Amino acid sequence: MSTQRTTGRRKQAVAAAAVVAALLSTAACGGGDDNDGGGSKSGAAGFDAANNKVAQASAAKKGGTLKFAAAQDADSWDTTRGYYGFMWNFSRYYSRQLVTNATEPGAKGAAVTPDLAEKTAEISDDGKTYKYTLRDGVTWEDGKPITSKDVKYGIERAWAQDVLSGGPIYLQQVLDPKKEYKGPYKDKSADKLGLKAIETPDDKTIVFKLPEANSDFEEMLALTSASPVRQDKDTKSKYGLKPFSSGPYKFQSYTPNKSLILVRNTEWKQASDPVRKAYPDKITVNFFTNANDMDQRLINGDYDLDLGQTGLSPQGRTNALKQHKENLDNPVSGYIRYAVFPQSVKPFDNEHCRKAVIYGADHESLQTARGGPVAGGDIGTNMLPPSVPGSEGQKYDPYESATTNKNGNVAKAKEELKACGKPNGFKTTIAVRNNKPVEVATAESLQASLKKVGITVDIDQFDGAQTTGIIGSPSNVKKKGYGIIIMGWGPDFPSVQGYGLPLWSGDYILESGNNNFALIKDKTIDGLFKDYTKELDDAKKAEISKEINHKVMEGGYYLPFVFEKFINWRSSRLANVYTSDGYSGQYDFVNLGLKK
Amino acid sequence: MTELSKSGAAVGEPVKGSPAPSAFLEVRDLKVHFPTDDGLVKSVDGLTFSLEKGKTLGIVGESGSGKSVTSLGIMGLHTAGQYGKRKAQISGEIWLDGTELLSADPDHVRKLRGREMAMIFQDPLSALHPYYTIGQQIVEAYRIHHKVDKKVARRRAIEMLDRVGIPQPDKRVDSYPHEFSGGMRQRAMIAMSLVNNPELLIADEPTTALDVTVQAQILDLIRDLQKEFGSAVIVITHDLGVVAELSDDILVMYGGRCIERGPAEKVFYEPKHPYTWGLLGSMPRLDRDQTERLIPVKGSPPSLINLPTGCAFNPRCAYADVPKDNVTRTVRPELSEVGSQHWAACHMTQEQRERIWTEEIAPKL
Amino acid sequence: MARGTAAGPRAVLAYLIRRLFAAAVMLVIIILVVFGIFFLVPRWAGVDPATMFVGKQADPAAIEAVRQKLGLADPIFAQVWEFFKGLFVGRTYSGGGDVTKCAAPCFGYSFRSEQAIWPVLTDRFPVTLALALGAAVLWLLFGVAAGVLSALKRGSLWDRGAMIVALGGVSLPIYFTGLLSLAIFSYGLGWIDAQYVPLEESFTGWFGGMILPWVTLAFLYAAMYARITRATMLEVLGEDYIRTARAKGLTEPVVIGKHAMRSTMTPILTMLGMDLGALIGGAILTETTFSLPGLGQAVLKAISDKDLPVILGVTLITSLAVIIANLLVDLLYAVIDPRVRLS
Repeated sequence: MSTQRTTGRRKQAVAAAAVVAALLSTAACGGGDDNDGGGSKSGAAGFDAANNKVAQASAAKKGGTLKFAAAQDADSWDTTRGYYGFMWNFSRYYSRQLVTNATEPGAKGAAVTPDLAEKTAEISDDGKTYKYTLRDGVTWEDGKPITSKDVKYGIERAWAQDVLSGGPIYLQQVLDPKKEYKGPYKDKSADKLGLKAIETPDDKTIVFKLPEANSDFEEMLALTSASPVRQDKDTKSKYGLKPFSSGPYKFQSYTPNKSLILVRNTEWKQASDPVRKAYPDKITVNFFTNANDMDQRLINGDYDLDLGQTGLSPQGRTNALKQHKENLDNPVSGYIRYAVFPQSVKPFDNEHCRKAVIYGADHESLQTARGGPVAGGDIGTNMLPPSVPGSEGQKYDPYESATTNKNGNVAKAKEELKACGKPNGFKTTIAVRNNKPVEVATAESLQASLKKVGITVDIDQFDGAQTTGIIGSPSNVKKKGYGIIIMGWGPDFPSVQGYGLPLWSGDYILESGNNNFALIKDKTIDGLFKDYTKELDDAKKAEISKEINHKVMEGGYYLPFVFEKFINWRSSRLANVYTSDGYSGQYDFVNLGLKK
Repeated sequence: MTELSKSGAAVGEPVKGSPAPSAFLEVRDLKVHFPTDDGLVKSVDGLTFSLEKGKTLGIVGESGSGKSVTSLGIMGLHTAGQYGKRKAQISGEIWLDGTELLSADPDHVRKLRGREMAMIFQDPLSALHPYYTIGQQIVEAYRIHHKVDKKVARRRAIEMLDRVGIPQPDKRVDSYPHEFSGGMRQRAMIAMSLVNNPELLIADEPTTALDVTVQAQILDLIRDLQKEFGSAVIVITHDLGVVAELSDDILVMYGGRCIERGPAEKVFYEPKHPYTWGLLGSMPRLDRDQTERLIPVKGSPPSLINLPTGCAFNPRCAYADVPKDNVTRTVRPELSEVGSQHWAACHMTQEQRERIWTEEIAPKL
Repeated sequence: MARGTAAGPRAVLAYLIRRLFAAAVMLVIIILVVFGIFFLVPRWAGVDPATMFVGKQADPAAIEAVRQKLGLADPIFAQVWEFFKGLFVGRTYSGGGDVTKCAAPCFGYSFRSEQAIWPVLTDRFPVTLALALGAAVLWLLFGVAAGVLSALKRGSLWDRGAMIVALGGVSLPIYFTGLLSLAIFSYGLGWIDAQYVPLEESFTGWFGGMILPWVTLAFLYAAMYARITRATMLEVLGEDYIRTARAKGLTEPVVIGKHAMRSTMTPILTMLGMDLGALIGGAILTETTFSLPGLGQAVLKAISDKDLPVILGVTLITSLAVIIANLLVDLLYAVIDPRVRLS
């Protein structure tokens, strides 16, 4: 890639061009944060107008067909089985939960708000009992009321991993860590509600009894996987083909990888749902196999938004930034892209050698390789994503990666090398997924800047489809001598637990499918995670998150590249658009409206 | 052996520029040249002869002597359908029954093809279309020139197959060429050629691809048919024996030119040109002891782009030094009368030829 | 040698039966080979096929359930037998308290998208078939015509021009020409919507959506066919029987259009059969570029999802298509070339 050869002068030119472009775009949309009703001639709200704020809320009218374009189908539309971010977001159209993410822009969207439940949980002092009461008038698509038993059954389905694999299993881990319950399909009790940790004294009340407190429990209940499922409508492995709706829309037709159409669920009542606005009459999803074609059709106005919410492809992005900037938002995705140093591979067992790499890296050129400040994101300075409470963003920059050392600090790196006992540098290997050109580019950039401090690296591109088997196996990593692994990670739910537990907890080092690539086994960090799960106060939780982040950064296990951002398209027809931290910077699908 | 020629055909003195030929077919100073990247290939370079109806002319020569090019030239097949290739340059005159073909409208010539003049090719397997039945191909040949329906044409095809001696013609008419034996195929080819009673039949190496025993049958057939139809026939071959059996006259070609011609028995029994001697020597004969070696013509045919100066045959001629002053290598010999109706293009004197013939050649034959 | 053509129809029938039998044997062999590739090779390579059926989250319980459902623990012959049986009487997969029925003809069941394979194939096959056939009509019309013209005007400006365009057509990848045509005719000029609409919804919509894929695909193949036609035609024009045809006094249009074309069509038909067969399983690029919901798209998706049953099903149906296409070509061959009937 060209990043290695980018000279200082060229970078300045690029930066200058970006500034000019930014100035022009502000001028074009009439200046500033005109959130509502404003916008360009096309009716689009303006660049970044829906990023962390609501654009054109009052323009939303009832009716119309909201058209999604998709490059990929969901892993499953079964609420128990889906794990893709967009699936969790989209499933709110046809499923409700006790609590859900607030339909608010930005950070407020990450907060939990009552949905089927009248209010958020009554939590016992020891943090082990959560009690909810269902609100009146909540119904299934056949008009029957949604009961606490339906909620319990829906949650229980996650225990039937042999039939319903794929979804998150947080609730299983928290409610039944010993895996005593075998799931509803093997449940001998008549009502199939044998899970002891959940009690349903009546149709309106549901009580969760946790063996151990977990302060993120309500966040977990806000996941789609905690949606109710009615036992008589459970088609088991085929449920994802036509989930029985508890939300404002229901499946009209679905052919996997081909088309999906939702229509209004006439039994759903606005009065019973404080969250969903349900503006459009119909929601369609068209599947594309050609990402460029899809982007072009979005730009042409044939579709309203991308289901995947992963941003435009490089080609569509260039085109759209030039001609349709007012239709774009530049949100933070919640992902951090980084390099991680397995301690099992020498000399990365020595923290000074790890820090030598961090200091030696040219952070700006890594950012450029990721796509630059707009398409790639801000230079990553620590390991807590901006959407997670406790995040300090670039304010916490222990290695001064975004400031003094952004082009690498050779002197500092050499100092660390000396401290590590390798004054003349060393040799190691970078492992990078071969199916991600951008990651390969970052590996090449890193290779170039490390050469200046005397660290010679080979790049090993491995089969990206085999990630779990190759870098997910610590013994393989050691055998191959992967001193640097290039990866990325995003939170399942916005908390330090939802993001960092699998990465940093000593309990999460696995023989296969490992994600704690650095093999961090730090008693302080593990202790902080324990404290976190017991702490119910949000401010204090944020404080612990911050502390965990600092511990991880001080250990020098990670070299963050960027706090990822992407360029997302919204059609000029869309109203009431906003990105939500609850869904990693995606637009909040459930409240999108169309202008008439 | 077979009876040879009845009286000479009209192989008269070359007549140039006379507008009203008396002969049925008269070829005057025919030149067929092909431009190539290497130079101009003079395949036929000034050939003159004539032929009457009911007579047979044999054109003899080795491959590359221009004999086949001559026949295709008469048929007008050098100009038809030569897509994108460099056009052959043809000059001279070809008079067929009072019409000059080279200057005639190509479509008129096309209409004459198959009806007035027809051709039999060397290899009937490749000359017949493999995907159509014999009957279809004969019917097609007939119906181009006769406005009759398919049934009539089919009857005619069966009649012709019967005439050329194909057994069960009403069945074999629906056979494909590959279902026939070599001899039968050639009979079918002949049937197709004669289906329109052409006045001129050109047989280009009609027996070369066939077994020796079948060869004789085919030659008999051609002779019988000629008698019956009264056509003029040109037989082209490298085998002097074939023409000796069939022809009234023989024309020997070498390097695109005629080097000897005359009545068949004269050319066959008293050849005057050393090249003809060579052809005679290389002729396989049933009456000769098989252990005796044939005397082939030494060397290879001349380049048609750069013919040897002088006599084109001189590099291969054992007697090139017999005439004085190296004349064989500097002066091209013209045809001169060496006997009654008999011409040859050779620098040797009559006496020299007689001596060599009687002393050296004849005893070996 | 066969006597006359009285034996013709009988010969053709015998030929047909021979070919059909060979095709059936071929299909069984292909099923065995494909089965081996998907079930045996992973095992030898140390990969549990069950994990490949489960996908991303390889929960041990899920893997065990799939192993049970698919009978992966059974001997390979039993598995093949189950598969063959499924083709005729259907199959039932059960495990973990869940029962999944797969009606005959059961080509397998995808546990990724929770669908039986056969309906997926029958749903997508017509799209691919329409793409392949429509394009074939175009490329035959234009490719053969251009090739014949080029041969007849060999060395002319037309010939050179056509062959340069053909070279371009052969060497430009579909995704390039496809995107270019989309950019020009769909995004740029806006003449064609170029989005797939099912035939049963609207004929004009369907036709509009198919035009660009047809033309793009046909362009590639027309180029190849033009080159082959030109070469074959030039060769045929040098044949003795063409000279014979002229010697009979046939007009040039008849010589070319009848005698020369008949022979020229033989290799073209062979190619057509193979290309159509291959396209039915392999129009992946075209279907991907134009987002057509055909078999190629399904198999590409299945590969990226590691959805083995779909890959297996598409492979089988493709093999079937290739075999049928070859059979048709062989039969056509027998009709065109009488010599073939004997061998």
